[in-house]
Amino acid sequence: MSQQTVLLLALMIVPLLVALRIAFSKNPDTGYRPALITSWLLMIPAWKLIADFDFSQGATTQFAYSISWVESLGLNFSIGMDSVSLLLILLSVLLGPIVVMASKTAIVKDKRMYYAWLMVLQAAMVGVFAAQDLLLFYICFEFTLLPMFVLIRKFGSTNRVAASVKFFLYTFTGSMMTLAGMVYIVWFVAQPDQLGQWTLDIATLTQYASNMSMGEQTWVLLAMLAGFAVKVPLFPFHTWLPLAHTEAPTAGSVILAGVLLKLGTYGIYRFAIPLAPTAFFEYAPEIAVLSIIGIIYAGLICWVQTDIKKLVAYSSVSHLGFCVLGLAALNVTGFSGSILYMLSHGLSTGGLFLMIGFMYERYHTRDMNTVGGLASKMPIWATFMVFFAMASVGLPGLNGFPSEVLCLISAFQSDAAWSAAGEPGAWGSSLGPWFAVFAGTGMVIAAMYLLFMVGKICFGPLREPEDHHPHDELPTDLSMREIITLSPLAIGCILFGLQPTMLLDAISEPVNNTVVLVEQANGLESAPTRVDQMIEHADEHHESAATPDHHTPEGASHE
Amino acid sequence: MNEKLAILWPEIFLFIATCLVMITGQWPSRAIRHLTPWICAIALTVAFFAAMSSPTTQGMFPAIVPYAKMLIAGVGMLILLLLSGTVDRELEREVDNGKAFSSIRSNRGEFYAFFMFSITGLMLTASADDLIWLFLALELTSLPTYIMVAISTNEKKSLEAAVKYFFLGALGAATFLYGFALIYGSAGSTNLNEIAQVYATNGISSIGMIGLLIAVIGISFKIAAVPMHFYTPDVYQGAASPVAAMLAFVPKTAGFLALMFILGTAGWASNGNHLPVELEATLWIMAALTMTVGNILALLQSSVKRILAYSSIAHSGYMLVGLIAGPGEAGGPFYQNGIAAILFYLLTYGVMTVGVFAVLASLEHRNGTEADDINDIRGLCKSQPVLGWTLVICVLSMLGFPPLLGFLGKVGLFTSGIAAGQYALIVILGINSAIAACYYLRLVATAYIDDDSKTRPTIYPSPFFMRKIAGVISAFAVLFLLVFAQPLVNGAYKASEYVPAIAGEPEHEDHHAQDEIKDNDEHASNEVAIITND
Repeated sequence: MSQQTVLLLALMIVPLLVALRIAFSKNPDTGYRPALITSWLLMIPAWKLIADFDFSQGATTQFAYSISWVESLGLNFSIGMDSVSLLLILLSVLLGPIVVMASKTAIVKDKRMYYAWLMVLQAAMVGVFAAQDLLLFYICFEFTLLPMFVLIRKFGSTNRVAASVKFFLYTFTGSMMTLAGMVYIVWFVAQPDQLGQWTLDIATLTQYASNMSMGEQTWVLLAMLAGFAVKVPLFPFHTWLPLAHTEAPTAGSVILAGVLLKLGTYGIYRFAIPLAPTAFFEYAPEIAVLSIIGIIYAGLICWVQTDIKKLVAYSSVSHLGFCVLGLAALNVTGFSGSILYMLSHGLSTGGLFLMIGFMYERYHTRDMNTVGGLASKMPIWATFMVFFAMASVGLPGLNGFPSEVLCLISAFQSDAAWSAAGEPGAWGSSLGPWFAVFAGTGMVIAAMYLLFMVGKICFGPLREPEDHHPHDELPTDLSMREIITLSPLAIGCILFGLQPTMLLDAISEPVNNTVVLVEQANGLESAPTRVDQMIEHADEHHESAATPDHHTPEGASHE
Repeated sequence: MNEKLAILWPEIFLFIATCLVMITGQWPSRAIRHLTPWICAIALTVAFFAAMSSPTTQGMFPAIVPYAKMLIAGVGMLILLLLSGTVDRELEREVDNGKAFSSIRSNRGEFYAFFMFSITGLMLTASADDLIWLFLALELTSLPTYIMVAISTNEKKSLEAAVKYFFLGALGAATFLYGFALIYGSAGSTNLNEIAQVYATNGISSIGMIGLLIAVIGISFKIAAVPMHFYTPDVYQGAASPVAAMLAFVPKTAGFLALMFILGTAGWASNGNHLPVELEATLWIMAALTMTVGNILALLQSSVKRILAYSSIAHSGYMLVGLIAGPGEAGGPFYQNGIAAILFYLLTYGVMTVGVFAVLASLEHRNGTEADDINDIRGLCKSQPVLGWTLVICVLSMLGFPPLLGFLGKVGLFTSGIAAGQYALIVILGINSAIAACYYLRLVATAYIDDDSKTRPTIYPSPFFMRKIAGVISAFAVLFLLVFAQPLVNGAYKASEYVPAIAGEPEHEDHHAQDEIKDNDEHASNEVAIITND
């Protein structure tokens, strides 16, 4: 076991141990301090992993470790990471201290329970992304439901019972189907004419899964999408999300938007596409249509919301639509954009939920008609609010832009006619310009509702609820703790916005491999590894560009 | 005969203990009276170790005896912990108040004796190789439970439950006895191996098929499956919680063992690793209906015992999937072996259901009535953390929440179902698990989360420490066995070895000696196949 493996294990085990420690403490109001210290300390192994990760071989599973668990079922406790998992693990670890700090004043009762489950959730999230065993992935994937259920049910607002049950049941129902689909794949690979051995190793399964017939792949894809599409959530399975988001405590919303929704897209990227490549290729347009309906429909719903948290929740549905669109494009640009989007959406929407949480703690309302014009009273808060809203809209220079643009470009590129004509960069499933055009309206709608929201809540005359009185502990504007909570996200937004090439570079190899896998499964000629070219171009621009603001759109749109 | 005796040692020990228990339970001296449960415990322990060294037999399931009996003794021990003290509370109180001990009014001795009889019957079921033996063993398992339900509390509802249970039980027994008779009529033998041989040689006649179907439906009473499930909620609610825990595990295990033996005669091998189509269709419908009815009706209940009763029905439905899947190809691995999945699931189900009932049994109202309503467990994790957490862990395991023990059990059923090509049934199983999540979550949330100190009930721990221990052991088992599941899964896998009858000469019944040699050879070659496959 290498040192890095120990660190990776520590990322899972230490939060669990701390959770136990908190749960067994005598005082029901402890938990904040140990949780805070732990989540900050976990940054050390996380950064060490980043430093030691060999990005030149990003597709290789690194720091791998495997130990047999239930041999008869082929279940191994097998972990490791490629660069995509690494970045998502980093995102979950980064959100750890943020959510803990954000909860300091928001959670007043039963702190022991709250922080213990927060730590458990932290461990489970790392487990999902690190799992190299199909069943281990499923176990962690499902296990995230329980902490989230408790957080919503116990610490949510008025309608929390319905929200928690809906959240749990939607996801649980879907993932039972996912389990059936996954077991089918494993069974298929265990047939004598395939590998002939029962294995749950994801890499091995990927090699053989494409031998399934089209019919089998379609069913398997449907089964897997039942779980993952609910989690994303893809239209029309999104109805649990606004409720869960609205009722969850701030930290719950941040984790839900930041990481848990990504389990769906990660699942599609890591399992649905490689394990059913032909069927996914075939049905990519349908999936893209659903995601575009989600983008536009959820965007329009956002426009008429007065509940600010619900607005941001629906905006998540809309944004994740881009993410799925990128995946459905099945080309290098799309995958890169989609993975970039997973990371950046976690930062900007997480930030928005934090802003709303901080406001809610002071005003106890989320209704934009009751409260507004806060820029005059809370200038720092308003600054951050505008910043995160802009990041979410996709202002060039901030994180939303490169990922959104890459997803749109991918839809253009995956045009059948173009790729038949040998147009450079044109490859993928047959989506084409119309998909991009319709999805593009989503960006406009996003700008409308987010700017509308910012205008109403930050600017104009000051409106406060009639019974408003200053909070006992919190200052009028943001406290230092709250600013520290927000800063990492804000810095992340700027960094991702200015330096997307850094991330694109890191994920280029696994993304390329996935594309090649889909190409081979569909008997298509392998496209040149375009992400390298793209990055080269971007690098050139980066070196020549005087202002960093410029190179991002160009670098991204050049291809 | 000696071979038969060799596998019967556990039953013999249990029977001796049963006789002892009947005497000690009526003894005037309190010290000796209190030995009664200890004698049972010692007998179960001895039976456990005796079962461990049981030799393999010659039959369809040659290796099932050790695993099944160890499972029975192990879970039986948990149930014994639960049962201790159930019936003698009133009596001891009277004795404390100065009344003389009256052995006529004491039902302490019988109660433990009935329990031991039932466990003995269950073990005999596991070693059955004959229809008559099977019938007697099943009845020995069930008859004592009727009386245990009746005497478990002093309330009228227990009597009502016992009467209901008895009459429906008698109906079930009559039904499968009729089925057995038809099977005998079609095969000319009551020996299961010989029946299998005849069926393999001559095919299953229509009389035989009708007999098999009737037997399966009759035995569905034991496992509480549709169409014989109606008694379950009433009886569970009427019986004291410890007895209800016993009803959830003991007859169900007996029923599944009996179903395995009965279906084994028809064989999974005849129809390309499937049961004959009539049986498969019947079981398919039973499984789908059992799961769905159990889960949907459980949603509507407000009594925890009734919820558990319906969930017990639903779990039977899940296990029927394994029965339909069958043992897969000879010597095949665990994942395609539905029988192994059932054997493992019985263990997980026994442990977790005893855990939940232990929590219920450890709680009572001020007047000594048992906790039953769902509001009685409100805020349990705060008022009684140990019991509360036991409940949460066991209920989540029943839900099949990963990575708890129940999840591993369910994965076994999933894989065997898919390997047998029962995709629709697996989807139904998945949907049902999701429905079940509704009421299991309700239990978890009531005990753990929805805690308003105003609505918290006035509920007290009952004075039986052993029940709490039973609960804690179950909860620990759910947590720890999931880490060390491999030996158990492997045990279940080894026990599930199935040797299908090979079509032989029609007159083979006259040549027992030859036949045995042939069987031995087959058996040996099969073992070789398994070893090489491993």
